[in-house]
Amino acid sequence: MQIFHRSTNTIAKVSIFGAVFFLGFFGWAAYTLMGDSGYVTGQYVVKHQPVPFSHEHHVRGLGIDCRYCHTSVERSAFAGLPPTETCMNCHRQIWTNAELLEPIRASYRDNVPVQWTRVHDLPDYVYFNHSVHIAKGIGCASCHGKVNQMPLMFQNASLQMQWCLDCHRNPVKNVRPREEVFNIDWNPSDPASYRKYMRPLPREASNARWEPSAGDVARLQAKLAKEYDLHSLTSCSTCHR
Amino acid sequence: MDSINAKGKCGAEAAPQPGPARLDLEEVRERLQAKKGPEFWRSLDELAATPEFEDLLHREFPRFASEWPAGVSRRGFLQLASASLALAGLTGCTRQPLEKIIPYVRQPEQLIPGKPLFFATALTHAGYATGVLAESHQGRPTKIEGNPDHPASLGSTDAFAQAAVLTLYDPERSQSILHNGRPGTWSQLTSQMGETLRSLGGGRGLRILTGTVTSPTLAAQIAAALKSYPQARWHRWEPAGPHQTRAAAVRAFGRPLDTRYDFTRARVVLTLGADVLCEGSAGVRYARDFADGRRVHAHPDAMTRVYTVESAPVGVSSLADHRLQLPPAQVEAFVLALAQAVGAGAGGNGGGTGAPALDAKARTWVQEVAKDLQANRGASLVVADEYLSPAAQVVVHGINQALGNAGVTVFYQEPVEVDPVDHLQSLAELVRDMNAGQVQALMMLDGVNPVYTAPADLPFLAALDKVALRVHHGLYQDETSDHCHWHIPAGHELESWGDARAFDGTVSIQQPLIEPLYGGKTAAEVVAATLNNQADANGYDLVRQYWTSRLPGLTAGLADAARDTAGGGSITTLLGFGGAFPGAAGVGGTTPPVTTGTQAAGPLAGGAAAPGAAGGTSAPANTPAGAPAAVAGGSGGAATAAFEKAWRETLHAGLIPATAQARATAALNGGAVQAAAGEIQAALGRVKPGEITLQLRPDPTIWDGRYASNVWLQELPKPVTKLVWDNALVLGPKTAARLKLTFHDRVEVALGGRKVEASVWVLPGMAEDTAQLTLGYGRQRAGKATGQGFNAFPLRTSNALWGAPGAAIRATGGQYTIACTQNHHSMRGLVVHEDAEAAEQEQARHVIRTGTLEEFRRDPEFIKKDREVPPADDTLYPNRRYDGHAWAMSIDLSVCTGCSSCIVACQAENNIPSVGKEQVLARREMHWLRVDRYFAGDMDEPTFHYQPLPCMQCENAPCELVCPVAATVHSDEGLNDMVYNRCVGTRYCSNNCPYKVRRFNFLRYSDKDTPVLELVNNPDVTVRMRGVMEKCTYCVQRIEQAKIQSKVDRQPIPKNWIQTACQQACPTQAIVFGDQNDPEWEVSKRKADPLNYGLLEDINTRPRTTYLAKLRNPNPALAGLDSASKKPAEGAEHGHA
Repeated sequence: MQIFHRSTNTIAKVSIFGAVFFLGFFGWAAYTLMGDSGYVTGQYVVKHQPVPFSHEHHVRGLGIDCRYCHTSVERSAFAGLPPTETCMNCHRQIWTNAELLEPIRASYRDNVPVQWTRVHDLPDYVYFNHSVHIAKGIGCASCHGKVNQMPLMFQNASLQMQWCLDCHRNPVKNVRPREEVFNIDWNPSDPASYRKYMRPLPREASNARWEPSAGDVARLQAKLAKEYDLHSLTSCSTCHR
Repeated sequence: MDSINAKGKCGAEAAPQPGPARLDLEEVRERLQAKKGPEFWRSLDELAATPEFEDLLHREFPRFASEWPAGVSRRGFLQLASASLALAGLTGCTRQPLEKIIPYVRQPEQLIPGKPLFFATALTHAGYATGVLAESHQGRPTKIEGNPDHPASLGSTDAFAQAAVLTLYDPERSQSILHNGRPGTWSQLTSQMGETLRSLGGGRGLRILTGTVTSPTLAAQIAAALKSYPQARWHRWEPAGPHQTRAAAVRAFGRPLDTRYDFTRARVVLTLGADVLCEGSAGVRYARDFADGRRVHAHPDAMTRVYTVESAPVGVSSLADHRLQLPPAQVEAFVLALAQAVGAGAGGNGGGTGAPALDAKARTWVQEVAKDLQANRGASLVVADEYLSPAAQVVVHGINQALGNAGVTVFYQEPVEVDPVDHLQSLAELVRDMNAGQVQALMMLDGVNPVYTAPADLPFLAALDKVALRVHHGLYQDETSDHCHWHIPAGHELESWGDARAFDGTVSIQQPLIEPLYGGKTAAEVVAATLNNQADANGYDLVRQYWTSRLPGLTAGLADAARDTAGGGSITTLLGFGGAFPGAAGVGGTTPPVTTGTQAAGPLAGGAAAPGAAGGTSAPANTPAGAPAAVAGGSGGAATAAFEKAWRETLHAGLIPATAQARATAALNGGAVQAAAGEIQAALGRVKPGEITLQLRPDPTIWDGRYASNVWLQELPKPVTKLVWDNALVLGPKTAARLKLTFHDRVEVALGGRKVEASVWVLPGMAEDTAQLTLGYGRQRAGKATGQGFNAFPLRTSNALWGAPGAAIRATGGQYTIACTQNHHSMRGLVVHEDAEAAEQEQARHVIRTGTLEEFRRDPEFIKKDREVPPADDTLYPNRRYDGHAWAMSIDLSVCTGCSSCIVACQAENNIPSVGKEQVLARREMHWLRVDRYFAGDMDEPTFHYQPLPCMQCENAPCELVCPVAATVHSDEGLNDMVYNRCVGTRYCSNNCPYKVRRFNFLRYSDKDTPVLELVNNPDVTVRMRGVMEKCTYCVQRIEQAKIQSKVDRQPIPKNWIQTACQQACPTQAIVFGDQNDPEWEVSKRKADPLNYGLLEDINTRPRTTYLAKLRNPNPALAGLDSASKKPAEGAEHGHA
């Protein structure tokens, strides 16, 4: 006696065959939607902090240099997070009663550190070193973005390995003069900035309205890359130890 | 899972699934007679080519190694397997958890976040100090390096010092004051002590018991206490202290002088069972001095010759040019005969009667050795140490005097130990008084554990019960603290202030790197609080108090004196160094002296390294008493200023120069040698033939039991036996065969009516009728080590501290499986072959290459004669070019003593987990660096060879080719990189590695559940998880840091700057690492040495790690008299002669 209708065979075959496509589609959709989305990478996601510190205000508004707070960025792997004392250098004089700053004052008073949430968090098997990037003329903005336009700090790049390698394979395109490393707004296409480090080609010398082209910027970067001895570094142990 | 991760939880019954097969020693012998054995062999299994060994050789891991540990059933496994399959896809979906980032409130001035600081301090072992530089990452000590300026270190350390950081964090350390087993308080303790002391009046009945004390501060505290309580007494008991050495010195010189050696001036050395290179307070220094005389490539004409006469192999045995194996009594007969031969005044009474105890071979030895020693009068050295009887040691003093060595290669000094009493007598008096009811209060300080360690004929425990107030102070709760009213946790040396003296008397101030983790107190603090009315005294004040008046005078000539202390860099280098390079290779002082003169600043200073940060070493800011500067600010005056300056300089340098003990003039007591000779003869007369002598020795890794809780030391293969986690009754093959015993057999050992249980281990190289058992195991109260191994202390009596003849060994049936790492990770090419031709082909691969100085002189290239190196382009691998750096390593086999300090250094540097005995039995130990021990020649009287084996970093790496996920790949500089985050655990790479250097995380071995153990991890190295492969990286984190520093400073990496952890720890500098593309690096010079050879070169892996062949300097007159002096082939013949 036949329990199942003949067509069941076809349905069974189609569903087995179709399952492959279905799962494949599902996987593809998940990858494209989620693979490098901010949900997975944390890119552009503002994280809650005990004090809503504004880089925009302190950097652009007040013109404080990166290194005033991130003291070890030129010497160590870790850029350094300012001790409470650094905040209090100013805030024992100004905004001394601001509600917003109570966690800072409490920390200073009770000798208990402020617990910030890490914004740029690399996996534990990755060893990034700030000092060498600075020494090689890679600007803060190349990775951290326009920090001076961020009222609240967020991660500007995906920080995925692909993104790291993109530069490690060809670091020249991100190099800038060492003097401009901490200048978030440095723009090589600005004639004045450009002329500080390189003369335009002779044929442009007399042109008052000359603006550096992409080729001009590339020439500057090639010169810097040679001067700073830049190499493509893609050995695994460069970052994984 | 967790029960596996808790390291070493396996108790006595934790055997692997299949019990070990019983190796019949007679059968081994028969097999060897039938065939030709290998030239070098690692164990008796291998020599005999047992089927079990062949099986192991062809399998990466033994059968069942891939099985789950006991406790998981097949059903349970299947359930888990199906669950993990179902969840497999979800593992990729984890999101990184939010992490906190916590800055300081007030950041310490000299600290750069992300960079380690180095603090000069000292660690003690059995009372004596070794100067070290402790690496601190944001206030947590993670690694110990030697202090290049310290005479006991010269930049290297022993395994105990390397393991100290683990003891510091050990969660099993005692964590609170206990009163009758319940938490008590410090004030309760001091008030109860106060009451008791008032009732005693003058301290009658107050006793203090310590181990060896060299600390001036503690001694001053005890002296002050003895002054206020004149009737109190101070007793000493150091279980493995220099008991017999001191007794011998008293007999020879009339006072307890310390004997010291100067190996740099010795041309011929005879050691008599002494392990001077790996053991004792001066071991690291002696090893360096000794090795300097054996580096042939450096001094082709001045190679020291070494003879050893011993009953059991020790570290120096592997370097001996001639080794004579004699039972203990005959070693003493040898001493006597030698004394007669060199005319040391031992011959007068009954001249020849000592000699007949020796056979013809030994008599020839005596004559030839005596000739050689006499030919080098004043440049020879006879080394006896603690284990020779006092009488024999007196005779050795006589021999050295007769040879004109006294004052040259051997000299004497007033003892470094404070008040050097006879410890045995001191303890005996304490026990006597306790039994007589004369002791009302007993304070046991600094971890003395007499309930466990007292000689069996001094029943300490029974006597202890008669004491009204018993106080114990130590790092751990132990057998003694269990019987005490009070237990006070001790502060570890890395977390408290103190001072101590080295073997030569040099004083070091110990400074803390971290607040006491478990509220521990130092012995000086305990004495000050309970006996000297300084209840709130802290170690910082006590140490400073002591040194306030003394220090300025001592350090007046600091800079000048520092230049006199031998060492790599001078003090000025250390002081003036900018600290630019602390992470990569220790502090500036560790740079090998390639530049001449004193440098004003480190070679890389300048650039970003601010001079304000001068000195990687200074007082840490988190000390209990605050920064020294703050104290200085409070009081004025030139004297205070002078002290502050001297104090800071002392802390910075890690030692007070010119505090070494002066040489003492010592005259031999007339007739002492004569009397001692008579005594030896009388003792020899009592020796019965065939009687087994039991030797008791401190354990090479856990000493007298004090390091039992340290899993790094427990899992460190013992240098000679390669056992881990246990001790064993070690017998030679002949003796074992006679007793019908073999590996793992349970036995009962009886000596003088006392009995202990043990398990047997057979070791070629043990003299006949000799058995050895090490102390320190079989603890009843030692946390994870409880019940591990066998307690030998019940056999130890005060008249036979290091063993005695007349041991009865009886099999009790059954087996106790002992874990031994020696057969693990065996390389191919050492198999016994049925036909001679194949055997010869195999042997042509020469894993160990040796030769004699004579051969080397005749033809420096002789080692390469039968070397087969395929041409470089004879390969399917890509032919890479290395234009930048090309990292490489060279290991000098001529000076490796097998001490294994490198293994622990590697473990500490690279976050290598310990796995426990059960996992070691499944061959899953994780050490990246192993030290292979090879025997050569005769099965009963072999020679020894050690070969440290890290990853070879092959240029044509077989592992890389087979990885399906490219988790192991080549770097631009020739490193064979291992990428943990890519590894999926196929283990193909390990299977394809001809050197067997890869280690797989079968389980989650890294302890991530105990927060305090995370502190010991090096933050620059990934902590590996379950399921990934790992291996030696050449300390790539140090290479990368050096490269980064050089880029930041815009200077090339200075020559010889980068040191791997193993290299830095190595006492003999056998290991050298560097850039082989730069001819000025030491490693390039070694690669150019004619003795340079690679391992298994014929398979064209082109290893970056190569070896310098081992050279010996045999005496032609002794040719043919021991297996060492024969050609290897003859040695093998000898095996079945």
